[in-house]
Amino acid sequence: MSSLQQSYQTTATLDGYNFGFLDEQTKRMLRRAILKAVAIPGYQVPFGSREMPLPYGWGTGGMQVTAAVIGGNDILKVIDQGADDTTNAVSIRRFFVRMTGVATTEKTREATLIQTRHRVPETPLSEGQILVYQVPIPEPLRWLEPRETETRKMHALSEYGVMHVKLYEDIAQHGHISTAYDYPVLVNGRYLMRCSPIPKFDTPKLHMNGALQLFGAGREKRIYAVPPYTDVKPLDFEDHPFEIERWPEDCALCGAGDSFLDEVILDDRGGRMFVCSDTDYCGERRAAGHVGKMSAPYKEEAAE
Amino acid sequence: MIEMPLLSVESLNKTFGRQVACRDVSFELWPGEVLGIVGESGSGKSTLLNAIAGRLSVDSGKVLYRTATGQITDLISASDAQRRHLMRTEWGFVQQHARDGLRMGFSAGANIGERLMAIGQKHYGNLRDTALDWMQAVEISPERIDDLPRTFSGGMQQRLQIARNLVTHPRIVLMDEPTGGLDVSVQARLLDLLRRLVQEHNVAVIVVTHDLGVARLLAHRLMVMRRGEVVEAGLTDQLLDDPQHAYTQLLVSSVLSV
Repeated sequence: MSSLQQSYQTTATLDGYNFGFLDEQTKRMLRRAILKAVAIPGYQVPFGSREMPLPYGWGTGGMQVTAAVIGGNDILKVIDQGADDTTNAVSIRRFFVRMTGVATTEKTREATLIQTRHRVPETPLSEGQILVYQVPIPEPLRWLEPRETETRKMHALSEYGVMHVKLYEDIAQHGHISTAYDYPVLVNGRYLMRCSPIPKFDTPKLHMNGALQLFGAGREKRIYAVPPYTDVKPLDFEDHPFEIERWPEDCALCGAGDSFLDEVILDDRGGRMFVCSDTDYCGERRAAGHVGKMSAPYKEEAAE
Repeated sequence: MIEMPLLSVESLNKTFGRQVACRDVSFELWPGEVLGIVGESGSGKSTLLNAIAGRLSVDSGKVLYRTATGQITDLISASDAQRRHLMRTEWGFVQQHARDGLRMGFSAGANIGERLMAIGQKHYGNLRDTALDWMQAVEISPERIDDLPRTFSGGMQQRLQIARNLVTHPRIVLMDEPTGGLDVSVQARLLDLLRRLVQEHNVAVIVVTHDLGVARLLAHRLMVMRRGEVVEAGLTDQLLDDPQHAYTQLLVSSVLSV
């Protein structure tokens, strides 16, 4: 570590701050928690969450995990709802640039470390990459059993029947499993896990993924992980199997039919378009010549 | 073959500080038998029931249960995992207040299906069919399967709670004042239903009540408790018609006859 530390100092970071904002002891504590989380896939490891320079609920858990694993040679990508250019993503990316001086990218393929809120990138992740999720509520049994002592016992004894009660209720009230995000999954056949509020479209991407997936919940002070190539199974019923969302149209800009689409209202006469929520994926496709029904022909952004 | 008791409780003691809730309580429960525990408020009836169910830690004593596989398990020293598994499968607990025993935020069908899902049933259609059967068995209109229990009357909630417990065909059901807070005609219907279900499913029941009428209708055998001690025990009719202990005599004589 210490030889790397020297190279950190050469980059232009803010004076008076340690590399990655947190002090070394805190990062050590976080890394211990992360190691434990990786060793027990899906298990929520408590950690001493620190005050970060932004409020709880804005990604403090994910930022602490990122700060603990980031190194001088990492290339960082930060996304919020799939986009690289939203406020939260821009702020967090700038924060880490000022605190570490690492290189950043918007390209999923180039990044070694990706912090995300609400999405898993469309471009498949590969070995060696780390995906850090921001988690608001880590406990999947939270709304079914209010007592934390009891939910811990339920995890310890794998008493997960009650989660199916919720899915049963979905079908009874709506005719299908209406849980659309934060879908409950069983990790490695053992622990029930909340995969943070990603749409259920992204849930299958967790399964047997080559990348290391880390989950940080700052307010709730929990870290959990899905190590590379881990079995992640969404809960369902035999006669109501797990399904992902579908859209009536393809992406209006890049024509993709296999990505998660946002619906954008265009006017007050029912005009609407569907676009990829993953801006990098959409841009890459357009650069490769794919067109959707509303896209102008692709041009290099020469203005820059 | 000599039959063995399903449950034997051996010198159970429980105190809350200096307050004695159960002192040296011992009894046996046989398969298919209904045992009533009567006594005034504060006599330790509910504490005893909770202690047997493992909801309270006890000071000393044993609760020996013969499982479906024939093993004798001491529930006091059993692991959490084992006890909770038994409670979900071979035992049932009917609370005095239905809202304590039901998931009020989930529909009637989900409430009935919960124990089945907990033991691994993952077929929605089958769960629903079972729930419908049980709704009928406890005389709730099947149309109300998707309604929330809080829209049910008190008697219906109590019947739903019974269905929810019996769905896994438990061997023992513990009931804490199952008819408390219900009016007399609803009580009568519930008692009828309980008698029928107990007989049909050959389930052993321990029912705690302060109502001697309920005890006489339901229980084969009675235990009278006072200040944490069992003062008298015997066959229901015998005990109520010819009470020996002074306290039992007082209890029996204080029943109003209409």
